[in-house]
Amino acid sequence: MSGTLLKIRNLQIEGRADETWNPIINGIDFDLNKGEVLGLIGESGAGKSTAGLAAMGFTRDGCRISGGTVEFDGIDLVNASAAVKRGLLGKRIAYVAQSAAASFNPAHKLIEQHVEAPVQHGVQDRATSQADGIELYRRLRLPDPDNIGFRYPHQVSGGQLQRAMTAMAMSCRPDLIIFDEPTTALDVTTQIEVLAAIRDIVEQFDTAAIYITHDLAVVAQMADKIKVLLKGDEVEEADTRTMLSDPKEEYTKSLWAVRSFQRPAKPAINTGATPVISVQNVTAAYGTVPVLFDVNFDIHQGRTVAVVGESGSGKSTAARCITGLLPPKQGHIEFDGVALPLDYKKRNKDQLRQAQMIYQMADTALNPRKSIGEIIGRPVQFYSGLTGADKRRRVEQLLEQIELEPTQYINRLPSELSGGQKQRVGIARALAADPKFIICDEVTSALDQLVAEGILKLLADLQDTLGLSYMFITHDLATVRSISDEVVVMKDGRVVEQGPKADMFQPPHHPYTDLLLSSVPEMDPDWLTELLEKRGIDNIGDAAVGKMV
Amino acid sequence: MSLLTILAISLIGCLCAAWVFRFSGQVLSDQKPFFRDMPYGVAFGYVLGVAVLAWIIVTYIGAKIAGFPAANKLYFFVKAVEWFVIFAVAAVLFRILGRNLGTAGMRKLFRSMPLTASFGILIIILYAIVSIFAGWIAPYGQEQVFAQANIPPGGDPSTGGNPQFPMGTDQIGRDIYSRLIYGAQNTVGIAFATTCLAFFIGGTFGFLAATLGGWLDQIVSRTVDVLMAIPALIFALLLMTIATVWANNFGIDRTIFMVVIIAVIDATRVYRLARAVGQNIVVMDYIEAAKLRGEGLMYLIFREILPNATAPLLAEFGLRFCFVFLTIASLSFLGVGIQPPLADWGTMVKDLSQFINFAQFAPNVASAPLLAAGAIALLTVAVNFVVDWMLHKSSGLKE
Repeated sequence: MSGTLLKIRNLQIEGRADETWNPIINGIDFDLNKGEVLGLIGESGAGKSTAGLAAMGFTRDGCRISGGTVEFDGIDLVNASAAVKRGLLGKRIAYVAQSAAASFNPAHKLIEQHVEAPVQHGVQDRATSQADGIELYRRLRLPDPDNIGFRYPHQVSGGQLQRAMTAMAMSCRPDLIIFDEPTTALDVTTQIEVLAAIRDIVEQFDTAAIYITHDLAVVAQMADKIKVLLKGDEVEEADTRTMLSDPKEEYTKSLWAVRSFQRPAKPAINTGATPVISVQNVTAAYGTVPVLFDVNFDIHQGRTVAVVGESGSGKSTAARCITGLLPPKQGHIEFDGVALPLDYKKRNKDQLRQAQMIYQMADTALNPRKSIGEIIGRPVQFYSGLTGADKRRRVEQLLEQIELEPTQYINRLPSELSGGQKQRVGIARALAADPKFIICDEVTSALDQLVAEGILKLLADLQDTLGLSYMFITHDLATVRSISDEVVVMKDGRVVEQGPKADMFQPPHHPYTDLLLSSVPEMDPDWLTELLEKRGIDNIGDAAVGKMV
Repeated sequence: MSLLTILAISLIGCLCAAWVFRFSGQVLSDQKPFFRDMPYGVAFGYVLGVAVLAWIIVTYIGAKIAGFPAANKLYFFVKAVEWFVIFAVAAVLFRILGRNLGTAGMRKLFRSMPLTASFGILIIILYAIVSIFAGWIAPYGQEQVFAQANIPPGGDPSTGGNPQFPMGTDQIGRDIYSRLIYGAQNTVGIAFATTCLAFFIGGTFGFLAATLGGWLDQIVSRTVDVLMAIPALIFALLLMTIATVWANNFGIDRTIFMVVIIAVIDATRVYRLARAVGQNIVVMDYIEAAKLRGEGLMYLIFREILPNATAPLLAEFGLRFCFVFLTIASLSFLGVGIQPPLADWGTMVKDLSQFINFAQFAPNVASAPLLAAGAIALLTVAVNFVVDWMLHKSSGLKE
């Protein structure tokens, strides 16, 4: 820890929209010493990615640095010529993007892309750089490090790509790396591997890093100090332990409090009651590829059943079987004790009405060319036949239920709403059908934590007032903890464990459940270290999953 | 000096000038980022642009000063420069007008509009007015024959023109100006109807194929493949030849056959686009939500898919209109399209084409066939400008 590497003073960035310049960042300062890791956190739109890019003296198209200074090792990056920046970027400052899958060139092998920067900058020749790349792959604990570099990006998994990208950023041994949400798109179990790899390598080479994320627990593992941003302003900055134990500002405290939302436990289910939805011995396949094997679970009136698992575990497929989009090969679905036709096309209007769905991506779930009033009004009219003033009154009532002011929002288009508001409209559309049962498919995973908490509370309130039953598909165990009554854990198309929430979060677990649970980052800066010690350094991630199954 | 030497010298001159331009810019502006980070190629581009502009201005002034034989050589060059300036000024004025009149939404639209698009819109509006009010605007009828044939355009008696016929008369003595105006009505009107029909056929099948998929998609797509495998113009020519016989036998207007034939051929292209766009929309969650709600096929296509496909379809409509329009002109040029005495630009180009041989010594005579050709070119360019702009807007690309 010697000397200041990066010095940012009163940085202001503006973006161009509708012919005017609007401020994105209004004057933030920070210093970064050699070998130090700074965590930048905030909601989407807080300007954390923009700030991270500005640390490289770079702005996205349509943005400009309108004031302040960025000084990297004594070099003024704001006014540096393109030639000077070309000499620095890639060599002394590197960048790791959020989606490695979208950032690698699919036409070239990993190692080809890895050696590009060192050769270009004249740091190493091709052969040395290639050997070094393989060594980095080994240190990042990629499987088969000698050969993985000779694969194309589509031939390796998302988590591996993310690590390969980190290796690529390390190729010139930069002084500073900017990580822009490197684990956001990954499953919890994969996330652990990437986090551990990044942390190790940053420590080994004494590299300074800026770690951008919206996940507080992740940043707690990675950063030496944390800076909280809100709408382009700095909220507060402190070292990680102080920040976690003793946040000063209200906004920071509210961010910290999100994870504590939890619903009171409900009385046990009456054993004789007929479940609203009963999935019985369902086996399903896409074409000839089997994806679900003999899945059974029940969802009772007024209850929330969380279905958890990694991507590819078949949890969304189970939802598609219930809705009838993917008719199961075997088994059947009962609604209130009556078997539903397997194909949705054969179900009658009332059967369709009773089971509604809320989607993960509100952007694609709402028709962008229709106003909010039309989107919610259509199911109202379709199922209840209301028209004119009656329909409008019902739509207004629904908007009030989702806590959006009717007169203000009824004529807006989805593009004029924020992510959380769009998701609320998605909920209102499901409610408009007056259903008994709603499938929530990852409804909060695309949202910031504060917004997500709002959605979860809304869903919980609606359940209490309307007696709805939810099937809650998620990979986020914090969400499971806060909203569910019962939990179904799925892996590779099979239910590995199910039961009431209280039982599921208490040992003994199925080994896979245990792995999932222990992989959820906690707000304790020592969590990752302890976890890795417990699991044994070679036993993380893929290997661990393999052994347990 | 050979042309090659001149080219080489001017190229080297530009290369040197570019370096001087960038260097002096850097020194004089005290290393402003604009000059400091300017790549050499960009500097070269600036210098080359200025050089070409200077050459155009010098040549233009030279041609204006020069006497009869030299000026003839540059007649079309001078006309091109003049019309370019006139159109540019008209487009600027039109855009200023649009920015200050009309509703707030329209003003905003005009503010973000590039000059090319406002030029295109202006031309399209002019063509629309001309073709709708052709009967009132044209001084004579399209079939009216006058005693004096082959009057050159210009209306200047000293070069053989006649002020009564500002654009001259054709080989049998019909007023070209009136026929150009009626030609707008015939050619543009028929092209518009044909394009609409092509979109109705292609769009309907395209969306059906995208929504239903399966065997319907296979049958329609393979049929379209077969139709697309045959060169369009030759296919149209072949069918028109057959249609000529039918038209005589059944007493149906040949133009109707032409509209249907071109519409079907062009519908194959529309089908491809509609199907591709539709397939992208069909996988969206809101379509799944509508399906799960139990909505019917018509609702899905017209209320959920169509509103989201309008931008690319509208852009394709503009382009397709140009192609249809050119196909009709080509067929008329080949003699199987719009039939005399109806005025049509393609036929006009064909009928007057031999005058192009006079370009050397009587450029105003040679411009007779170019008037109709220019009318076609102008509309095509205008529509393409507007389409480019709409595509740019709908794709959300900035800068």
